[in-house]
Amino acid sequence: MPTAISLRGLSKHFGDVKAVDDLDLDIADGEFFSMLGPSGSGKTTVLRLIAGFEQPTAGRIELGGKDVTGRPPFARDVNTVFQDYAIFPHMSVRQNVEYGLRVKRVPRADRRARAEEALATVRLEGYGDRRPHQLSGGQRQRVALARALVNRPQVLLLDEPLGALDLKLRRQMQIELKQIQRDVGITFVFVTHDQEEALTMSDRIAVFNEGRIEQLATPVELYEQPASSFVAGFVGTSNLLEGPVARDVVGSDGQFVVRPEKVSMLAPADAPAEDGEHCVARGTVREVVYLGAATHSVVDLDAGATLTVAHQNTDRSIDAALERRGQQVLLVWSRDSLVPLGGNDAVPAGSTTGRQPSSPEENTP
Amino acid sequence: MKLSPGLRAVLRVFTVLLLVIIYTPLLLVVLNSFNASATFSWPPQELTLHWWKVAADSTGARHALWVSIQVALLATLISLVLGTMASLAMRRTRFFGRNVVSLLIILPIALPGIVTGIALNNAFRTVLGLELGFLTIVVAHATFCIVTVFNNVQARLQRLGTNFEQASMDLGAGRWTTFRLVTFPMLRSALLAGALLAFGLSFDEIVVTTFTAGSQQQTLPIWIFNNLFRPNQAPVVNVVAAVLVLLSAIPIYLAQRLSSGVTQSAAAAP
Repeated sequence: MPTAISLRGLSKHFGDVKAVDDLDLDIADGEFFSMLGPSGSGKTTVLRLIAGFEQPTAGRIELGGKDVTGRPPFARDVNTVFQDYAIFPHMSVRQNVEYGLRVKRVPRADRRARAEEALATVRLEGYGDRRPHQLSGGQRQRVALARALVNRPQVLLLDEPLGALDLKLRRQMQIELKQIQRDVGITFVFVTHDQEEALTMSDRIAVFNEGRIEQLATPVELYEQPASSFVAGFVGTSNLLEGPVARDVVGSDGQFVVRPEKVSMLAPADAPAEDGEHCVARGTVREVVYLGAATHSVVDLDAGATLTVAHQNTDRSIDAALERRGQQVLLVWSRDSLVPLGGNDAVPAGSTTGRQPSSPEENTP
Repeated sequence: MKLSPGLRAVLRVFTVLLLVIIYTPLLLVVLNSFNASATFSWPPQELTLHWWKVAADSTGARHALWVSIQVALLATLISLVLGTMASLAMRRTRFFGRNVVSLLIILPIALPGIVTGIALNNAFRTVLGLELGFLTIVVAHATFCIVTVFNNVQARLQRLGTNFEQASMDLGAGRWTTFRLVTFPMLRSALLAGALLAFGLSFDEIVVTTFTAGSQQQTLPIWIFNNLFRPNQAPVVNVVAAVLVLLSAIPIYLAQRLSSGVTQSAAAAP
C-alpha cells in the first residue's frame, strides 16, 4: 500500500524538553491511524508538525512521497479538525465549510455544491445558514469535520475532536467517524488520550510515551500482546506480575501481564487439579466494584501483588460477588493468557488500578 | 453581595452627590448658552437662541471646529494603522525587551501633557526643523491616541488566541488572506471602539496642542481658551462648550455600547 505520511528522524525540542524524540513512522494510504498517549507524550506535537504549525528541530516529513518539511500549513495537502473546532464565529456554517474552497478560488456554484455535499456527509443538511453560536457542541464538531473534508485532503488530522462531547455523543461519533472515513477513503490521523476511542476506530495505533512510540500495532495486538508495562497499563487494565511475585505465581522470572477478564475467581475449596496449564494464586478480596455490565474485584494476592478480576454480569451472580469482600479466594487463569513483557519500563502511576488517564487535554508547550 | 439598608442609603446619597457635583457645572454651561444676559446673571431672566446664532456665524469658532475635526480624524487614522500593526507585531514575535516596548507604547497616555508638549515642541522645532502647524498637531495627538487602539486590539487578540488563524492557514489561506478574511473581521469592533476613544482624546486635547500648534492654527479647545476672558465673547464660548460636551460624549457613548455589545455576543458564542 502506498504511504500517505512518512516521518524520518523527526524531533521537536522545546528548550530542554524533547516533545518528540527521533521519530520514524509510516502511515499507509486510507488508514485510520491513532496516536494514543497521556498528556505531554508528544502525540499532539507530532500532529502539529505534520500540519505545519510547528517546525521540527530535526528530521523530515513526507506527504505522499513529497518532502514538505519546510512548507507553511497552507502549502500542505492536509486539513485539521481542531480540539476546540476553531469554527469562524463571524461566518455562517456554509461560509465556514466553503472557506477552504473560497481561498483556493473554486467557482461559487461549484463550491456551493461541494459544501452541501460535505454537510450531507456529516448529516447537517439544511444547517448552512445557521450561525456557529446557534449550534450544539456535537453539531459544531460536525461542521469542523465538514469544513476539513470538503477540501478532499490527502490526510485528515484530528486533534482529540471528541474530547468536548459527552460520553453518549462521543460513542455515537466514534462509529460515525469510522464510517465517514471508510466512505471517503481519506487517511485519518487521530490523536487521543482515550484508549477506548483508539481501540474502537483505529486500523493501527501508536502508543506514545515521552516523545517516543512505545508500541505500534493493531488494536487487538495492542491489547492482547502489549510490548511493555507502559502499554499494558495505558491500554486497558493491566495486572502486572513481576519479581518475587512472578517467581511465586508464574514460576519464572520476568514481567507478566494478565487481563482482568481472563482471570476466574473461585472459592478456596474449589482449587483445580495441578495441570501445568494454569496459574493459581491465593488472595483476599479487598474491593468489589459494580459497573453495571461487569463487576470488578480487586484482590490482594498473598504473594504480594494486587490483581483486578473482571466478571461479566450475565446472571444474578452479583449478589454472591458483593458478599466476597474481605474473603479468601483463589484466582485461576490459563498460561496462554499470560503475556510476558520485554522491557523493564516503569508502569505509569495509578494505571494498575484500571482507572483511565484522567487528564482531559494535552499541554504541549 | 448583601448590604445593610443603612449602608445602602449612604451609598445612594454619595452616588447622587457625586453625579450632582460632576454634572451641575456642565448643565450650567448648557443652560447659560441660552441665557439672554451677557453677564450670565443667575437665575436667567430670559432665554434666547441669540448666542447660538452668533456662534454659528463666528468664523473663528467654525474654523477652529473644522481644524479640530480634521486633526482628530487624521490622528485616529494614524493610530489605527500603527496601533494595529504594533499589537500584531507584539503578538507574533517574541523578542527580548518585548514588555519594555509594550510599556513604551502605552506610556504617552500617562505622561503629563505638559511634558509631552514641551518635548515635542523642542523636537519639532530644533531637531527636525519643522514649522509648528497643522501636521505637528496631528503627529503630537497620534502619539497618545495610538494607545487606545493598541490596547483594544491587543486585548482582543489575546482573547481570540491563534486558533482561528491556524485553522484558516490549515484550510489553504495565505497570511494576507487570513488577515483579510479572519483576523480583521474579528478585530473590527475592537478597532472601532479604539478609534472612537482616540477621536475623543484628540478632539478635546489642549495642553499638548498648545505647545505644538504654533501661532497659525487653532483647535476648538484652544479657541475657547483664548476667548474665555474676552467679555464680549463669553456667551459664544458657552455655546461652543455646550457643543463640545455633546460632541465628545457621543463617541464615548458609542465606544461603550460597542464593547459591552461585543462581550455579550462573545458570551453567547464561546
